[in-house]
Order: sequence, then structure tokens, then C-alpha cells
Amino acid sequence: MTSENLHSQDLGASPDEVQFRFRNDEPADHGTVTVDACCDQTNATAVRIEPGDDARVLLPFLDRLALVEVNFPTFGDGRGYSAARILREAGYKGELRAVGDVLIDQLSHMRRCGFDAFAPDKPLDEEDARRAFEGFGNVNQSAADARRTIAELRHE
Amino acid sequence: MYQYDQYDQAMVDARVEEFRDQAQRRLDGKLTEDQFKPLRLMNGLYLQLHAYMLRVAIPYGTLNSRQMTALGDIADKYDRGYGHFTTRQNLQYNWIKLEDAADILADLSKVEMHAIQTSGNCIRNISSDHFAGAAHDELIDPRPYAELLRQWSSFHPEFTYLPRKFKIAVIAAETDRAAMRLHDIGIQIVKNEAGEVGASFYVGGGMGRTPMIAPQIREFVPLDQLVTYAEACLRVYNRYGRRDNKYKARIKILVHEMGAEEYTRQVEEEFAHLLEQGVEPPLAELERIKPFFADPAFEDGPKSIDRSDPDFALWVDRNTVRHKHDSYVSAVISLKPVGGIPGDATGDQMRLMAKLAKQYSFDELRVMHTQNIVLPHVKIADLHALWTELEAADLGAPNLDTIEDIIACPGLDYCALANARSIPLAQRISENFAKNGRTEELGQLKLKISGCINACGHHHAGHIGILGVDKKGTENYQLSLGGSEAEDVSLAKITGPGFDEDGVIKAVETVTDVYLETREDGERFLDTYRRIGMTPFKEALYDK
Repeated sequence: MTSENLHSQDLGASPDEVQFRFRNDEPADHGTVTVDACCDQTNATAVRIEPGDDARVLLPFLDRLALVEVNFPTFGDGRGYSAARILREAGYKGELRAVGDVLIDQLSHMRRCGFDAFAPDKPLDEEDARRAFEGFGNVNQSAADARRTIAELRHE
Repeated sequence: MYQYDQYDQAMVDARVEEFRDQAQRRLDGKLTEDQFKPLRLMNGLYLQLHAYMLRVAIPYGTLNSRQMTALGDIADKYDRGYGHFTTRQNLQYNWIKLEDAADILADLSKVEMHAIQTSGNCIRNISSDHFAGAAHDELIDPRPYAELLRQWSSFHPEFTYLPRKFKIAVIAAETDRAAMRLHDIGIQIVKNEAGEVGASFYVGGGMGRTPMIAPQIREFVPLDQLVTYAEACLRVYNRYGRRDNKYKARIKILVHEMGAEEYTRQVEEEFAHLLEQGVEPPLAELERIKPFFADPAFEDGPKSIDRSDPDFALWVDRNTVRHKHDSYVSAVISLKPVGGIPGDATGDQMRLMAKLAKQYSFDELRVMHTQNIVLPHVKIADLHALWTELEAADLGAPNLDTIEDIIACPGLDYCALANARSIPLAQRISENFAKNGRTEELGQLKLKISGCINACGHHHAGHIGILGVDKKGTENYQLSLGGSEAEDVSLAKITGPGFDEDGVIKAVETVTDVYLETREDGERFLDTYRRIGMTPFKEALYDK
């Protein structure tokens, strides 16, 4: 494939590749554009964040976005967790989809940071994933999922 | 000291089960070794040269006799009868089988212990002043703040895949006994002009291959914003810390390349934003934690010892430290017997130390970053009985902060990263000085040895530092002088060309000779070095 082809193809994961989704609305069925393209064109409704992108440049456009994909090229690159929380903290309500090297042991943290859809490169074992999403029952930190923390439960 | 409630216990138990599950998925082939590695690392399990190593967390270095006993029992049951206390106030077992790991974690969980985040690119065990709660010079006990940060940093959803590992130290005295400014974040609990207690933040210190002293980035953070400020520091690092090069991924490089001022500006911006998000735990949580660290019931008693036994008197002079109550001292149990392995203790020794803590120190022990153990609250009246039992167990070496009190990393005897051996060098140097009888005359002299550039043995912060390197396939040792991890923090400078093993042992003797010949009244080695500079030492070492 030439580099030109690479650029003209749809960047995003198709809805078919989304293995887990915690939303009731219809998945966006159009491709995502880069963060730069999203800021330049006024009609883009789906965008894909790469690890080096600054999620905050999207804040003026959140109202028109229905889908934000955050790419994890390798699971060890944790920048996407901050990107996700920043978008949720700014009030983004659309789909926040983790794509790429998404594995079982990252699911519960991703969920806590605000991801509500998951399109792993390789499909995950459903039973392992179910247990992973359940997590540890309680949480120590306040994050994007509005769960009450252990400290709050202790003092309610 | 802090005790788990049902929430803390449930988290640790859940982690044990999660680890069992992860290990099982690895065995089933559902996880590749590359995928399993960061998971086992985040539970303190390393693959070393000869076996797995398990690192157990000892939060802020504080433990009780039940916990110390359990550590001794695990050493006997699953290891070769000993463990190694580390410079992060933790304990490592060096001969662990992978199939035993989950069972060990379950044993630890029964005594409120774990190996969570003792490795991996996450926030590691929080360290603190080993005399916290006992020191005569502290503002308040720093450990409630360290505990608050322990809870916040455990399983943090945003900061589990940081660019690199992340170490935090908390102190609350002007005297720095925790190498605070050589941490990714160093926090000093202080009082402001209005008399309110808060936290000074120092960010971007560290040792390793690029040692740096952390600059202060905020003089005063109110206590009800402590976690929020730490979260802001971490978020800027997680977003912008380098990930292209493992050796440039620590926060010290970010702060250095970005500049402390720009880093601070970004942290302040993030902090203002996070304050609106309400991520701070309720202040009531800090108030709940504090009573766990309340003073035990101290009693008045004798304030001096019978000095008729000179060996006992020497040990008291050398290894006990002034306490905030004048009938007590903090007693240091040296894990540096002459010719021994720095920081190692046998299962029997651990159980004995546990028993003595129960008998003489309100059931409390501390691990020092210098790889010794502290009984923080010992009645002066009990010192002779304590010393007698320690002597009998080879735990009575009177050498705190002397040239025999060497910090050494595991080195090439254990570590897959090492270029040279550290332990045999430490053994020979301590034997040498015990034999020539100069230890006492040299006074405070901190010697620190690392077996590779990663600096686990803190050589950059040694009054005398030794770094083992590989020179065309043979072990070679670089000597450096003038480092300090304390409140007078400084980084040591290399003297010149390196030495072989015999050569560096001789070189240590040479530099101590220069000190003894040129010191002025009351000067430590470090003071003399700072006054006269490197040249006289270099001349003695290299001009034949």
C-alpha cells in the first residue's frame, strides 16, 4: 500500500470491530479523522487521537463530536488514559472508544478513565473481559466514572 | 501504626486473586510473556539472573512484629532462609519460584502486606523518614500524609502506564533522612507564616544514569489539596514525559528539558482545573488516618546508661539516636556486620527483631533506606538488655553511618542489569576498615556502591561513591566523592580513571588518609572534601 492510500483510507475502527460497548445509542458509522483535520474542518463528527496528540485542542469542538477514538499502539503507552479523562472532565458525552493494543488487564482502568467502547486489535476472551470490567469492587480514586471512592464511603 | 479496615483488606485480597488469574492466563497461553511481564512487575515479581525476585512493599518503611515475623517465615518457607532489605525501605526475596508467587502474596495478605506497585512504570511504594513519629526534630509525623498518598496511588487508573517508574518520599523535618530531593516527587510537610500545615513540593530529582536534585516547584500546598496537586504533577508527566527512550523517560528529564518554570506553570494550570473536578479525598480521611500514628504511652524513666561495659557504650553512642521523649531513644539494628551482605537478614534474625520490637519498642519496626532496621521507641533503661540479645544474634554491629555502614545494590551476584559485583566489594571494604581499626576515627562517612549505572546503590549520593562498570569484559570501578542525600544534598563527582577491585579498595583507603591528614576540628569527610576540593584527593590517587 502506498503512503497516499494509507492517508486516504478510513482511519478508524469500524463499528463491527467494537467488541464491548456500554452505550445505548447507535454507534457512529462514519470514519474518524485526525485531530488536525478535525480542527480544520467544521463538519467532522468523529476523530481519532494518537498518543502524541493534545486532547485539549478538541475542547472547542466537543458539541459536534459523536465519537472519539483513542489509539493505543502499544498497551504500555498510557497517554490515552489522560486524554480520556480530560475529555470527560470537559463534559464530552459522546462515545469514547479505546482502539489498538487493548488487553484484558487494562479494561477496568480504561473504563474508570471514561472509555465506554472497546475495539481491541485482537478479540478478547469474553469471560476474562467480563471479570476484568467488574474490577475490584471498590476504588481509591475519583475519576471519570463518578464511582464513590473508598474514602468517601468511609465518611458518608 | 496504620491498620487495614475492610476496604483496604478487600483491595489487597482482590489483587491476590487477580494475580492468580493473570498467572493462570499466562500458563494457558492467553498472555504472551511480553504482555505478562508488566503485570507481574506491577506485583513486584522480577526475573533475575538465577531466579525470580519478589519485592514486598513496606509502606513508608513501617511494620509491626507480626508482619516482620511473617517476612521471616516466608524467607524460610519459600526462599533460602533470608531476605534483603532495600534502599526503598522494602524487602526482596531473591530465590522465588513463579508457581509459589500467588501463595506468598496470600500469606502476605494475611498480615496486611502485599507486593503491589513495587515495580513497573507506576507510582511505587511511598518512602518516608525512618525516625518518623520518634524524631526530636520533626514538625509532625509525616506518615499520615504518606498513607493518604499510598491510598491515592494504589491502582490509580490514569497513572498505571507512566513513561517510567515513579517514586515519592514524604518528610516533615528539616533534617532529611529519606533522600527526599532525589525522588521524582519529594514532599516536605511544613508550616507557613500563618502557622498552617501544608506541603512543599520538589519535583524531578533522581539518581540513575542522569542524577538530578529536584527543584522546589511549590512552597506551600494546603493539606486539603495535597492529592490534587500530586495528581496535577503526575498528569503533566504522563502526557509529556518522554516515551521514545527508556533512559530519558523519568520525570527529571522532562523537568530538565522543559525547565522547572514551564513545568511548574503547566502543573499549576492542571491543578486549577483539577480543583474544580473535586478529586481530593475528604479531609475527614486524613483525620481518620492520623490517630493510627498517635504517640504510644511513653513513660518517664532513666535518661542515661551505665557505661562500664565499653562495647555496650560504643553501641549506644553509635547506634542510638535522640528521641522526642528524653527517656527513650531510637535504636538502630545494623544489618552490616563486618564482612556481611548489606541489608540481608535471615528468617531467624527477622523473627528475633520482631520479638524485640514487641518487647521493647511498642511493637513497631522501621526499615531505613540505608538497609538497616530501627526500633523507634526504646526506653533508655532497656538498652542493655536489647543490646545483649542483638549481640548474641550477630545484629549488634556498632557502625551506624560509618564507613562499614555501606549501601550496596545486589549487583552482579543477583541482578540481570549489573555490570559488576557490589556485595563482595562491600564485604572486603568493611573487613578492611574493621581490621585497620579506623572506622571509629573516620566518624560519619557514607559509602555507597552501585553495580551499574542505574544507581540502585545510591553512589551519586555517597560521601564516597563507587560505580561498577564493564570495561572490555572486566569489572572496573569508578570512584566519586562529595555526594549527599541529606538536607545538604549534592551529587558526587568522579575522581578520574577507574580501578580494578583491589585498586578501588586501596583507593578508598587513600582518600580516607587524605581526610585524616587534612581535616579540621569537627569536620566530617564530606565537610573536608567541600572545603579542600577534589585536587588533593586526585593527587593522592593518581600522582605516584
